[in-house]
Amino acid sequence: MRNDIRRYFTVFALPTLAAFCMAFVVPFGLGVWLSFTRFTTVTNARFVGLDNYVRIFTTDSDFLHALGFTALFAVVSIVMVNVFAFALALLLTRGLRGTNLFRSVFFMPNLIGGIVLGYIWSLLINGVLAFWGVDITYSATYGFWGLILLNNWQLIGYMMVIYIAGLQNIPGELIEAAAIDGASSFKALWRVKIPLVMPSLTICTFLTLTNSFKMFDQNLALTAGAPERSTQMLALNIYQTFYGRSGWQGVGQAKAVLFFLLVALLAFVQLRLTRSREVDA
Amino acid sequence: MRKYRRILAAALACAVAVGLCVCLVGCRKQSGQVTVRYLNFKPEIADKYKELANLYEKETGVKVIVETAANNTYEQTLTAKMATDEAPTLFQINGPRGYANWKDYCADLKNTQLYQHLTDKALAVTDGDKVVGIPYVVEGYGILYNKAITDKYFALDQRATDFTSMDEINTFAKLKAVVEDMQKNAAALGIQGVFASTSLKAGEDWRWQTHLANLPVYYEFSENKIDLTSDATKEIVFQYADRFRQVFDLYTDNSVTDKKLLGSKTVVDSMAEFALEKCAMVQNGNWAWSQIRDISGNKVKAENIKFLPIYIGVEGEESQGLAVGTENFYAINAMATEEEQQAAADFIYWLYSSDEGKRYVTEEFGFIAPFDTFTKEQRPDDPLAHEVLNWMEKEGVSSVPWNFTLFPSAVFKEDFGASLLKYVQGTKNWENVVQDTITSWKKESQAAVQ
Repeated sequence: MRNDIRRYFTVFALPTLAAFCMAFVVPFGLGVWLSFTRFTTVTNARFVGLDNYVRIFTTDSDFLHALGFTALFAVVSIVMVNVFAFALALLLTRGLRGTNLFRSVFFMPNLIGGIVLGYIWSLLINGVLAFWGVDITYSATYGFWGLILLNNWQLIGYMMVIYIAGLQNIPGELIEAAAIDGASSFKALWRVKIPLVMPSLTICTFLTLTNSFKMFDQNLALTAGAPERSTQMLALNIYQTFYGRSGWQGVGQAKAVLFFLLVALLAFVQLRLTRSREVDA
Repeated sequence: MRKYRRILAAALACAVAVGLCVCLVGCRKQSGQVTVRYLNFKPEIADKYKELANLYEKETGVKVIVETAANNTYEQTLTAKMATDEAPTLFQINGPRGYANWKDYCADLKNTQLYQHLTDKALAVTDGDKVVGIPYVVEGYGILYNKAITDKYFALDQRATDFTSMDEINTFAKLKAVVEDMQKNAAALGIQGVFASTSLKAGEDWRWQTHLANLPVYYEFSENKIDLTSDATKEIVFQYADRFRQVFDLYTDNSVTDKKLLGSKTVVDSMAEFALEKCAMVQNGNWAWSQIRDISGNKVKAENIKFLPIYIGVEGEESQGLAVGTENFYAINAMATEEEQQAAADFIYWLYSSDEGKRYVTEEFGFIAPFDTFTKEQRPDDPLAHEVLNWMEKEGVSSVPWNFTLFPSAVFKEDFGASLLKYVQGTKNWENVVQDTITSWKKESQAAVQ
């Protein structure tokens, strides 16, 4: 029987493999190839070597600025989202009244699409800033914190759910044993709970990292890069490169390839680092 | 049993493989009939185009498939569609810069019937002796004003100017005098400001970074006798920057909205303000008519909407008219088969020459068509199109052409718009705006990849 299954492996895997090829491997390969060409549509590409990659850095410094802005944004986001999400998870695993209601409420923002969120928050933020007679396009600082606020609001609920699952998996007797040993609740948190939710932390930092780096629609709807592209993040920069100048599609593609490599590398390093801190109960 | 199972498995594998192949290549339609596939630029008339397509099919038996790109996504949609088997055979480019991008796809239209009927051959997009884009609609823009409100102003006792009607306003100085006095009397006129919000949100700032900017650039090019097809357009000195500034300041100083809040205003916001009579003037073109008409609760009456040229304060501007031109040029896909190209050419000729086609063009689309197949009576009857035609025919007045089709790139326009926003917010001084604009023009001209 086992032999049979092995023999028919190709048959059963074929549909999935084919789908994976069509929907991922082929477009990805094509994308990398296009980054070395000059093209208007994907069918009339002409090979130009590394020209597109050179243009990224020689014509203007937009890409590097966007990279810096995105990196700063990602760092602040990761810290804030995870701290708040974990704090909420702690609160909502203590058996307070209405716990389920609160969990749903905090989770809900995650269900709203990014563009809609962006517009809602731009109304809210502009409404508040109007008291000082300005709007969010006035300064890059406003734009930055606006984006952070929005990102937090959207991601905290989701990460909270993951942390709640992690906290609920901690065996009760471990906490009890710690209490009997005379550990304060802070010590129990630091020495018992946090080490045991490290797997959740791994996945949560991974998700916040990649989400923050790839953020596009919220950025487009909230600031669209104003003032003067100073709040433009990487994904938006790539998008605008594509249509901004005639013949620059290839450069946009080259930026996208670099962007992929960067996100993949960061995610890999982050996973390595947090994985190594995971412990068994 | 075993053998049976093996056969079954093989059969299954074959079925899956065949199925995939069918999906991959078999979906290609095998129709012998020639169709016209048109990618339409104007979402506001998408339904009318579909009606027209049905009509054409009934009359000639040729199928016309009209697809429409959503607002502001034409380039993106065209890029995506062009790579498919069902690529548009008829599409549009927005002028010489647009042509640079679609060079490989634009067929020579010199021998098409429609081109023979083009009234002003200089309007077409050409490449050497090839004709690659035929303009199909002429549009005009200027300052729209609400005559009901200006008349109310001219009837005020406490007004500080001597003018008695907008017809006397034919220079920037006069316009400024009237506008500033109107602003002082805003309460008496029942308006919040003379001008609608200068929309400077990213993507909503084309009325300034493209349309208003056209005027100083036009005067610069014509004064220095620049050959518009030469490389001399790759640099500007922006010598009329201060004229641009004084108009821009007039718009923002006498506005419905405070300067620092303009960064989140959209074109729709401005048009709504005009339609609801919160302001008396707004800079826009005749395409804005449907926008004004469709705003719910609009108060402005069709017969009261009038056009004024955008005077920027140069010598002899009394004879300046509206900015008239087009950004809409038909192009036929050079990659399509001979028959398909011919079918597309036949379709556009029918549209602009048959009675039924012409009725759609003037009445349903509201286009001012630049072809000699149209008589004087066959014209759109919306108030703004009328105004544009009036201005075009006025004695001793000449229209300003649309030189913004020569602006180097979308990035240039975006950067200029962003600069203007910082200028009104008070975080960038005018000298830097001018300097950045000149630098950006030069840089962007060189950045385009051929």
